[in-house]
Amino acid sequence: MTSKLLKAATYAGAILSTLALVSIVGYILIQGVPHLTPSLFAWEYTSENVSLMPALISTLIMAALSLVMAVPVGVASAVYLVEYARPGSRFVRVVRVTTETLQGIPSIIYGLFGLLFFTTALGWGLSLLSGACTLAIMVLPVIMRTTEEALLAVPQSYRQGGFALGAGRVRTVFRCVLPSALPGILGGVLLALGRCVGEVAALLFTAGTVAQIPSFGTEGIFALFESCRTLAVHMYVLASEGLHLGETYATSVVLLVMVVVLNTLTNFAAKKLSKERR
Amino acid sequence: MRSSHAKETFARICFTLAAALSIVAVALICIFLFANGIPAMAEIGLPEFLLGHTWKPSGDEFGIFPMIIGSIYVTAGAIIIGVPTGILTAIFLSRFASSGVARLLRPGIELLAGIPSVVYGFFALMVIVPIIRTTLPGNGLSLLAAALILGIMILPTIITVSKNALDAVPKSYYESALALGATHERAVFRVMVPAAFSGIMAAVVLGIGRALGETMAVVMVAGNQPLIPESIFDGVRTLTANIVLEMGYAADLHREALIATGVVLFVFIMLISLLFAAIKKRGQNS
Amino acid sequence: MPTMLSSRQTAASAATHAAPHAAVPTPATSAAGSSAAHSARAVTPHSAHIHPTSEPQLEVAKMRVEHLDLHYGSFHALKDVSVDFPKNQVTALIGPSGCGKSTLLKTLNRMNDLVDNCRIEGAITLDEDNIRHDLDVNDLRRRVGMVFQQPSPFPMSIYENVAFGPKTHGIKSRDELDAIVEQSLRDAAIWDEVKDRLKKSALGLSGGQQQRLCIARALAVHPEVLLLDESTSALDPISTAKIEELVIQLKDRYTVIMVTHNMLQAVRVSDKTAFFLMGEMIECEDTQTLFTNPTDKRTADYVAGRFG
Repeated sequence: MTSKLLKAATYAGAILSTLALVSIVGYILIQGVPHLTPSLFAWEYTSENVSLMPALISTLIMAALSLVMAVPVGVASAVYLVEYARPGSRFVRVVRVTTETLQGIPSIIYGLFGLLFFTTALGWGLSLLSGACTLAIMVLPVIMRTTEEALLAVPQSYRQGGFALGAGRVRTVFRCVLPSALPGILGGVLLALGRCVGEVAALLFTAGTVAQIPSFGTEGIFALFESCRTLAVHMYVLASEGLHLGETYATSVVLLVMVVVLNTLTNFAAKKLSKERR
Repeated sequence: MRSSHAKETFARICFTLAAALSIVAVALICIFLFANGIPAMAEIGLPEFLLGHTWKPSGDEFGIFPMIIGSIYVTAGAIIIGVPTGILTAIFLSRFASSGVARLLRPGIELLAGIPSVVYGFFALMVIVPIIRTTLPGNGLSLLAAALILGIMILPTIITVSKNALDAVPKSYYESALALGATHERAVFRVMVPAAFSGIMAAVVLGIGRALGETMAVVMVAGNQPLIPESIFDGVRTLTANIVLEMGYAADLHREALIATGVVLFVFIMLISLLFAAIKKRGQNS
Repeated sequence: MPTMLSSRQTAASAATHAAPHAAVPTPATSAAGSSAAHSARAVTPHSAHIHPTSEPQLEVAKMRVEHLDLHYGSFHALKDVSVDFPKNQVTALIGPSGCGKSTLLKTLNRMNDLVDNCRIEGAITLDEDNIRHDLDVNDLRRRVGMVFQQPSPFPMSIYENVAFGPKTHGIKSRDELDAIVEQSLRDAAIWDEVKDRLKKSALGLSGGQQQRLCIARALAVHPEVLLLDESTSALDPISTAKIEELVIQLKDRYTVIMVTHNMLQAVRVSDKTAFFLMGEMIECEDTQTLFTNPTDKRTADYVAGRFG
């Protein structure tokens, strides 16, 4: 009797979770897909036509910029922790604690810090660069952790193979270890990309909400100091204005599609990793 | 020979510096947050700041007690909704679902984890809030709405972490229970779940951290009145919402009071991280 | 109202009495009260007087396997195996790795049900009941206990480990549980070592103690048959000796079937030995005969240590 009840309870839990997922995704798709019009993807944002194109492009630039900063640092730290550091040394322990701390900090705190440090103290103002730097710190622990896991999963024999051939540690790391950890690292990068795409709280006070593509064409490198809004910020602004509901729904559809694409790519990377291991 | 030695040393230094960068980041965050927040706390007076019931920047009154209570209420509500559902789903996925159903649900959970919080907030604003408005007292923008959407948002965290904990329980526990004549359900609920307890608790703590730190979804549906709610149908303002709502235009002491709000939130999150670390340690020991 | 456990107990012993040629001691059937269920286990004398000549030929098969074929997918793991497991004797299953002896053991309490695409043909009976058609699987596993190769205590207290089984089968009274736990731990010869720390985690015990705890846990549900799956192979020699001694004592009250890699162990402990090779049962004799005077050349080679 209790057996049946317990079993029913787990089924009920699973059904509730599924219901939450299906209703959110279904509702957004049903409301949003009809509003996916060509004008929504127009190059220019105007107050009549709230095109999401500038935000979409800004999102890509912002995400790329923060990953360019975070990925090398994150991967290098993980390499240090796995390949170089004496396990359990004081330095390693401190690094671990700080990484875990970074991982737990809510994005609004990152936003506050970005505002205080990049925007105000360094004087970069509300800008692409301030936003990208803030995001870079935010995703750093994600990349570090996934890379570390990927490196730890590389069989010890690969390293011994490299050393046995007389290769130095650097060469062994770059030629033998990193390549075989690549799918795992890629998974981490995609995860980080997902966080960049969805982030709002950390960007509101660092990158601002200007709905224009940074003008790299005319301003060159100084376009880094222009304010811009990513797609998620764009959606938040639209939703709080409440004037363009259709466009807001359509923007959520685009965000959802990006998430699905990223998830699929991540799974693909993971599958490739496990296949190579076999 | 010498050049390769130099290369090795150079690489080691680069990797070490990279690892040190995360320490620098945490140090910078702490310094800037505390340096800007603590003077405000001193000026307002710590008891007045933490326990003051009135938040009225125009009248220079900065009491964040309602926001502290608001954050706690909203988080508790999310836990009440999300934790049982999440744990039961994890048990289902780990021990009851056929492999086909599990294969179908896994990407669903991943999708739930990937959906940006604005999308959750917008869904809650367009669906949950109107339902509450039409069927229950109040205007819908409420503690209940915030707790509901947060409960859904923490589901993937709870499910994934609990499921990993359950999957890590040695198969021998399950087989031994069956060999004693226990049913599948009894073996799962009386042996597997207790064995995974510390992992499941870790999932709950992570969920608390996520709910406490969530900003955008809450701002969109909680109503944001800086008052202690009297019922779950009243509006509520959380610590995170307080920052995001007013940071855009605040200046001087008001601005510093908002940063001090961030410090309080930061301390809360640190306490939860410590709790998480303690639970993880206990799990490894046993 | 007797508890579920004790009522089954009584029914089982009654059935044994009704069976023909009940040449071996059976528990007294008068035990009806719930607390008496346990003490009944300790009473064994009367039937010995009724049937003074307990010749091996007259022995009753507690479990009987007839023409058993077992496939894992396309792999033919057991080929037409027929064997009797006599009541109150220790039967050892020996043979090289992968010969099917553990598979057979796991079939006896249907643990093979957990394996996907495992196909079974043939009949296995426990007291004349077909274990796959006539008995509820959970009841079967209560009556046919099992101790695994690796000690596998639950991550709970020592007390809770032993009490888990009785609780599973509906015993709730604290006094009754206390009595069962103590008796089971005594029967498994570990009571003196753990009586002062029953509330401590079972994971803190040594490997040998853990394994004896697992035996106590299996005994606590009052099984009729005890399956030991290489239960000493992960242990040190001293713990192994303790468990061997224990098994010899236990056969007064239980039917024991053990898989072992250690031929000397089979000689020391078992009354009857079955030799398996590549899924076939080559020979099954009383232990003395099988080791000193085997019929089949392959058995002779194996017991002489020429392969395996």
